[in-house]
Formats: sequence, C-alpha cells, structure tokens
Amino acid sequence: MQSLENIKAEASNAIDAATDVAALEELRVSYLGKKGALTGLLKSLGQLSAEERPKAGAEINAIKQVLTEQLNLRRDTLHAEALAVQLSSEAIDVTLPGRHPETGGLHPITRTIQRMETFFSSMGFDVVEGPEIEDDYHNFEALNIPAHHPARAMHDTFYVDETRVLRTHTSGVQVRTMETQAPPIRIICPGRVYRCDSDLTHSPMFHQVEGLLIDETSHFGHLKGLLEEFLHAFFERDDLAVRLRPSYFPFTEPSAEVDIQCVKCSGEGCRVCSHTGWIEVLGCGMVNPKVLQMSGIDPDKYRGFAFGMGVERLSMLRYGIGDLRLNFDNDLRFLAQFM
Amino acid sequence: MIISEQWLRTWVNPEATTEALSHKLTMIGLEVDGVATVAEPFSGVVVAEIISAEQHPDADKLRVCVVDAGDEHVQIVCGAPNARVGLRAPLAKVGAVLPGNFKIKKAKLRGVESQGMLCASAELTISEDNDGLMELRSDAPIGADIREYLRLDDKILELGLTPNRADCLSMRGVARDVAVAFDEALIEPEIAPFAATIDDQFPIAIDAPAKCPRYLGRVIKGVDLSRPTPEYMRDRLERAGLRSIDAVVDVTNYVMLEMGQPLHAFDLDQLSGGIVVRECREAEQLTLLDGTVQSLEPGTLLIADHEKPLAMAGIMGGEDSGVSESTTSLFLESAFFTPELMAGRARSYGLHTDASHRYERGVDFQLQRQAMERATRLFIETAGGEAGPVTEVSSDGDLPINDAVLLREEQIEKLLGLRIERFEVERILQGLGFWIVTQEQGWLCTAPSWRFDMGHEVDLIEELARVIGYDAIPAQRLTGELIATPVPETRRALRSAKNDLVARGYFEAVTFSFVEPQLQATFDPQTSPVHLKNPISADLAVMRTSLIPGLLKAIAHNVSRQQSRVRLFETGLRFLPGDEIAQTPMIALAASGLRDAEGWSAGKEAADFFDIKGSVEALLGSLGQRLSFEACVFPGLHDGQSAAILVDGHAVGRMGTIHPTVGKLLGLPASTVVAEMEQSAVTALAMPEYEDISKFPETRRDLALVVDKGVASGDVMTLIRDTAGGLLTKLDLFDVYEGAGLAEGKKSLAIGLTFQGQSRTLDETEVSGAVDQVLDSLREKLGIELRS
Repeated sequence: MQSLENIKAEASNAIDAATDVAALEELRVSYLGKKGALTGLLKSLGQLSAEERPKAGAEINAIKQVLTEQLNLRRDTLHAEALAVQLSSEAIDVTLPGRHPETGGLHPITRTIQRMETFFSSMGFDVVEGPEIEDDYHNFEALNIPAHHPARAMHDTFYVDETRVLRTHTSGVQVRTMETQAPPIRIICPGRVYRCDSDLTHSPMFHQVEGLLIDETSHFGHLKGLLEEFLHAFFERDDLAVRLRPSYFPFTEPSAEVDIQCVKCSGEGCRVCSHTGWIEVLGCGMVNPKVLQMSGIDPDKYRGFAFGMGVERLSMLRYGIGDLRLNFDNDLRFLAQFM
Repeated sequence: MIISEQWLRTWVNPEATTEALSHKLTMIGLEVDGVATVAEPFSGVVVAEIISAEQHPDADKLRVCVVDAGDEHVQIVCGAPNARVGLRAPLAKVGAVLPGNFKIKKAKLRGVESQGMLCASAELTISEDNDGLMELRSDAPIGADIREYLRLDDKILELGLTPNRADCLSMRGVARDVAVAFDEALIEPEIAPFAATIDDQFPIAIDAPAKCPRYLGRVIKGVDLSRPTPEYMRDRLERAGLRSIDAVVDVTNYVMLEMGQPLHAFDLDQLSGGIVVRECREAEQLTLLDGTVQSLEPGTLLIADHEKPLAMAGIMGGEDSGVSESTTSLFLESAFFTPELMAGRARSYGLHTDASHRYERGVDFQLQRQAMERATRLFIETAGGEAGPVTEVSSDGDLPINDAVLLREEQIEKLLGLRIERFEVERILQGLGFWIVTQEQGWLCTAPSWRFDMGHEVDLIEELARVIGYDAIPAQRLTGELIATPVPETRRALRSAKNDLVARGYFEAVTFSFVEPQLQATFDPQTSPVHLKNPISADLAVMRTSLIPGLLKAIAHNVSRQQSRVRLFETGLRFLPGDEIAQTPMIALAASGLRDAEGWSAGKEAADFFDIKGSVEALLGSLGQRLSFEACVFPGLHDGQSAAILVDGHAVGRMGTIHPTVGKLLGLPASTVVAEMEQSAVTALAMPEYEDISKFPETRRDLALVVDKGVASGDVMTLIRDTAGGLLTKLDLFDVYEGAGLAEGKKSLAIGLTFQGQSRTLDETEVSGAVDQVLDSLREKLGIELRS
C-alpha cells in the first residue's frame, strides 16, 4: 500500500497534468471514488488501533479535501479554457450585412403629397378625394369657366365624350364639397390631373394638391400668411422669399400666382429659374362669389380662398430632380433614392 | 404681347430702369416673361457714306474705299460685295468696340491701310444678315451714332397676358396700367377726325347685329402701295414681332398694336354692290389669305358683298378681296364683334390670328371710329390717296353694357385685409378709366368700354389690390374654430397599407391612367374600355380597367435595365365603362426575379405565387377568416396559378403568375407575379374584441392526411374548422408533401389542431372525439384518409 504522502503527491501531479474534464473525472474516480485509493485507505482504517484511527482518519480526510479542492479548481480552469476555445472558434465576421427583408420606398410624388397633407392637416384641413373622369359642370361650369371661355384653352382638356373630361384640376372635388357641406370648410384635394400636353416640361398626367377654405372672416392676408408658412415649412427654410403676383383664374378674384426665390441659386439667377431668380410654384386667390353662389353658398355671408399647387414641381425643386419624365419611368435607380 | 420699351415710353415715361419697369409690370399682373435687347452693347459705330471704291491692288475680292464719317474722311479696305459709291452703312471707327469685345484698330490689309471697318447687320447683332454691308437709308445722317440713329438701346418686353386682359393687347392699354401704377401722366397721341376729301362711300348692311353690333367702313382711293412704310413704324412693328410688308398691312397692324383695334382692308375693285355682315349659308366656301380653302360651318360670321363671301369676320380676310401690289382703291373696315359669340370659332377652323385673339377676349366697343380715323391718317401719310366719309352701322341695343357696380369701402378691407385710403381708391379707378360716383357706402363704378371683366365688386377690389401691390397686403395667421375629424377604428389610411408594402420591399410606381388598348385587352378582353376622344398618342388611348398592365410595363422597364429583382406597387383608380363610369380605387403589386435581394446569406430562388400571396395576406391580414382565395382563370394570367381574392365570399381582386405569352410579349421572366385588389379591402380593419385568456393547458393533435392532389388545402382547412367544434383554438398547416411513399395523384398534408377549454382542462376523450369527428367528415366529404 502506498504511503499517504505518495498518494497525495501522485494524485496532485496527475490533477495538474490533466488536460481535459474527462481525464479529471477519471482521476476523481480513481482516488476519491467508491473504489478509489483514498476511499480504500479510509476503509482500511478498521485495521488500526482505536488510538491511531482518529488521527489517521483525519489525515486521510484532510488530503481528500485538498485533492477535491484541487480537482474542482482544475475543472474550472479546464472549463474556462474549453469555453474560450469554443468561443474563439465561433467567432464571426461582424461586418457582414445583417439579415432583414429588403425595404422599398414611396414614390417622391407620394412623399411630397404626404408632407403637404401633414402640414395642412395640422392647420385643420381635411383631405378629400374625388373622381378623375369629371363632368363638364364640375370641371368647368361650376368654376365660372363656361364653354368657349378663353380660359379653357389654358387647360388642354382630354375629352371622354361631349359631357365628360379627364379632370384638368382637382377643383371639381372642391365644388362637390361645397355642394354637400356647410361652411366652415377647410379641405385639401390631392390627386391625379390630366392635360393634353406632352413634352420635356409637360406630362399628360400629373398631380395637384388644391386647397379650399370657406368661412366668414378669412381674407387675402390670411391666404398669403398660410401659403408663406407652408412654403417655409415645405422647404424647411424660414428665410425663403415668397411673392404673390396678380394673375387670372376664372374661379378666384383677386387671383395670384405665387413665386418663391429660386431654391437652387437663392435668387441669383440660374437655369432652374430661367435667370429670373424666381420660380412659380402655385396659383391661388379669393373664391369668386359666383362660384360660391353656384354651389349653394351665400356669398354675402361667406368668403374664402383656394389654392392649387403642382406636386411634381414642388417635389422636383425639393429633391433637385431635373427631368419631369423621371417621375413616370418608374426606374428603380430613381425610386431607390427616396427610401 | 411683345412691345418695345422705347415706344411704351412715348406713352408714359416713369423714372424707372428697364428692370424696375419690368418688375412693376409683373407685379401689377402684366407678367414680363422676358426682356430682350435689340442689339448687344457696342460703341464707336457711326453712319458713313462710301465716297469712292477702288479695286485693291493685290487682292481680287477687296476694295479700297474712302468713306465720309461726318467729321473726317477715312480709308477702309472692305470685302463686302455691296460696297459701292453712295451707299450709307455703319462704320466702326478706330477705337470702336463691337459685340464680343472686338476692338477696332488701324490695320493693313494686303499692304493697304484700313482705318476702321464697315459693318454687316450681323456684326452689330441687329439681325442675322451677314451677306454684305448693312444698307442704311439714303437720308441717314452721316456721322450720327448708329445706336441713336437706329434706336438700338431699346429693349423688347415680352408680356404674358392673362385672358381677361384683352385691353393690354395694345400699347395704349399697357401704358394706361403703367401710368396708374407709377402715378404718372399718360401721353395720348392726338387723334383728330380725318376729314373726307372725296364723296365715295360703299354701302354696309348688318344682317347679324348680335354678333356684329358695329361696323365702320371707309373708301380710300388713289393709293400707292409701293411707297415704303416710315422707319419708326417698321421698327415698332418688327420689335413687336410683326414683319413689315406694305403700307396697308403695316398701318392696319400698327393701329392694332397701338390701340387694340383689329382692322381689315379690302381691294375696293374686287367688291360688288355693298358689304353685308351675315352668317354663312349652307355649303359656302372661302379661300383665306393664307391660301387655305375653308368649308364654312354654320354659325360662322362672314363679311360678304352682294355676290360672295369676302372674309371670315374677325378671324381672317379672303384671298380674292385682299389688297395686292396693283390695288389703288381700298375699303377699310373697323368693326366690333361680340366676344362670347366669337369665342372658339377660330379654333374650330384650327386658326388663331392676331385679330381672333383680340376679338375673342374683347375689343373696346367704343374704339372703332377712333381707330378708323387714326388708320386713315397714317395710311394717307404713308401711301397717299384720298379718303371718303366714314360709313357707320351700329346696333346700340346689341353693344355690351357695363352696368354700374357698387364698391363698398368696408368690403375692400374685409376681402384684402388691407385698408386703402379713399383718395387712393379714386385715383386708381379713375386712372384705369372707371367712371365713379361717390356714395355713402363707397362708390358706384362704371367700367370703361375696354374692360369686359368688371361686373362685380370683387373685380374692382382686385384692380385696387394689383395696383397697390400684393406686397403691401400684410400676411396674417389663420384663425378659426377647431373642428375635430373623427376617424373610424375599422378603417386605416391607405398610407398605412403603402407603408406595409414598403416594409416588404416594394417600391411605389406611378404609371399613366391611360394605357395601350392592345395590352389592356390582353388582361381584360371582355371590357370595351373608356376611350379618350383626343389621346396624346395611340398607345395612351384608353383608360385603364386594371392597374396590372401599367405595372407590368414598369417592371419590364426595369428588367430590361438589368434589375434582377423588381417589386413594385401602385395605387389609383381603374375605370369601368357604363352609363356611370365606375372609378374604383385599386391597389396592385407585382414582383419579378429573386425572392430575396442578393446577399451573402440570401436564397437564390425566384419569387413565385406564394411570395405575392404572402404580401396580399399581409395587406388583408386584419380580415382574418373573412379572407379566402379560390383558384380561378384570368386572361393574361397563368391558368393553373391564379386566384380570385375573396372577402366574405365576394371577389375584391385577383392574383397570379403572368401567362407565359404575356411574359414573352413584355420581356418579363416567366415567374413574374401580380396581384390587384380594391383599396377598400386593404383599408378595412377588424374591430378588436377581447376574449378571456384560458388558464387551462392546450392539447395538440397532429394529423398527416392523404389527399387527392386536386383538392384545395383551403377546403380541407375549412372543413376541419367547421367540424372540429368550439374547442378548436388553432389550426396550422405545417407541411405539404408529394412524391415517394404516396400513391400517384395524392399529396400529404400535415395539420396541427390545437384544442383548449375556457373553464377546464380537456380530457382525452373529448379531444379524441373532436378529432374523430373531423376525420369522419374528411373521409366522407373529401375522401381523405390518415396517412399510415
């Protein structure tokens, strides 16, 4: 039988030398297990005298405890080493792109309309839509544009038949609203409109957002204030110069066209503004009392204003798009720039 | 309307630069679209006369000229073919600077000294003419600065006039506005009656007084049309964009530009009997001055004589009665035609003339006699001859009436948000030609005969606003009641559905609402679409009955540009014909190419039916069990891979793989898939209704079923749902298998049934009973067995 000291030394060396948890477990079994060396020594204590027994027992137990601790320590070390190896082997290239469904994007026209809707909604305007094939009455007559009026020539209308047209503006929606809703009215009408004209700067289909406000107190100064505020918000530039200049629309009186200082050259003069420093962005005016009357609103009690803007124009100015037709090519290389 | 600034300044001459003048014009509503120079800047060029011209000793094409430059004689070597003795031409003296900063120095040409340069018109940027020296008139003052002599410092203002401002289609009208805007005096040329020196008259009768309430005529005899038009008149015409032709054309055009009255001159010798202003008769024809033969439409107003039509009233004269070089006697016409009755007439013949443009918008109805006198004087000054007395036929009852309109002082401020002083109101209105009578509330205003758009109080207020300037009106914040807009919880904005699609990788497209008829017929051969009467082109001729054709073309556009993966959607109306055209808001999506965007961990499979179906289900997800799909054949789609989309059993759309022939036609991959449905389906939301969460455990049973291939899994699922009883809480189809181990024509569906009780733990027999019930009905109704 080996001496106690020998067993301790041998076990201790073996524990230190063990390189994996399995080997360590074998050592535990062979020294501390039921049939292990130390367990064997404890079992043989019976052969000793009663005086020797407690001392020898205590010694063996002390060594057993030391070895157990050493085993545990060694196991922890080996575990930690193994985990480190595992983690290192599981290392990944964290710069690889993450996994996600590819996202698309809204068309810049929609994006622009939504920004307009957001602004005007915050000012209490409701969004209203309507038909695109419109009857002559709602597209023209009710807006004080009778047949053969020279203003019709400004419209280049697509005809469906004698009485129906592709709407040349979304004003028909305003008329329908006035016919059915009592003032106060605050609406905007976004949508597709059509003009029989196609070249570099004209598309036979484009988008407008028109607005209408009818109440008892609003005047031209309010119209001016609202549009200035909108344009400042739209271009996110409070110093953007805005000017209103007299114009003519049969459905408003007084009428104005609204110019902004060229956003490209800040008014210095460039190709975008035809070297004038100004860019026309919308038309507006106080609703002609004749129009109110035709739609059943008392012009002595109520007045209001209307405005209309070309979505493509504002969108192109906002994003620096140089060619109108890009809006309708639906080329992904274009669309992907508005994600 | 194009006008010369110098001409304008003879009418009204404010102390303002061209720029300031243009700005003011724009800001009073006469928008200046452009300002052009007559000639670019240059200096040191004078009128000179060639005194002698000798052949150059050493050059065939050059001549050595001595020219009189006024203060000195200089020697010029010149290569122009028209360099001849006696010619007066522009001379750039030594020290002159020509356009393009070209400095003129003393030079030797082939050994002979040249002390300057005789110039062609193009070299001075006066015209494009570079064929020889610019030939000046023989009375051009020698030594005079050419810029002054030819008035080259003039600017050309291009005005974009709105249709209501017919009064500004004349110098007088523009000047009137400028005078009011600058508060300056208007300098009107004196227009005295031109006394008749002969008695000749030509009878006039008006048969259509409503359309022609006033017609004036005058005979002028013994004219010489070979005499040149005065230079000032030629300049002004040319600077207004009109070519100088002969005395008749030039004077009539000049008076039209100056005063706004279109005039017409007939060759008196071609007229017989007298003038009759009448509507055309059936099957009449007229050869116009432009040489076209027009078959006259009913309603067309004619100037005729006792035998034949002479001219289309207010639009264009006839060829046969027009003046020619040999004309010696004229009949001059100055008439008023009613604007509303002229409107659209020229356009119906495809014509648009200076006269029709003015008559449609309204010519001053009190101007005819003045214009006649003015034209007579200018004409006789130019071409000689003698004039007879003016014959006038008027129907006063048919002339327009400008009613007095009450302008209330308080309304001005109410409408504009700006108070305007009373004296300012009066100054502006009077300056614009209104006749005003002061009233307690404001003014009673009668518009001048040249305004046709002043029937209401607001029209007058607009006049005030535009003259004062919109800049002067202070911008103000809106005020008003705050009114709530209730939003139903069972509807979502379309915007939200669009965002869903964007999150799923779709880009939004915007395609035209009119499409190619043939392509449309591929998808919808049964419907005869709404046709446009005047389409922009044959391939944009019909209104779409579906968004699919346009969307597929957009996909094809990208596929042909090497895009390997395209997903697009569009929202908009589709148009179904009928007495009432149905204009339904739709949403459509299409996918082509790879399912996943290319990437290190992405699959390489092409997207298919189930990808687009997944998108459709996501859009309509809120509908839950109300949504179903049913195999269905649609034109343009794959017969075996298309489905109707149903909500509560009603079709709201369709989807499928495109038909292989469509793929070939458009150049699309065969696996391209599309879906289209009504927007109302995707914006509908279910109203959530809370149900208690059960505290008791679930029991799940998985069934492997052997099913005929032809049986739709959807039918199997529905049957299970209908027969499993109220304890079934969840039903999952988790595997579909075909192939080895199964009989031909069979497929296996693996379906998980989850049962749960609301108030107790279910016992084994309850669950087994429900499953047996399911299996019985599956066997009975669909011939389905459990897979062994």
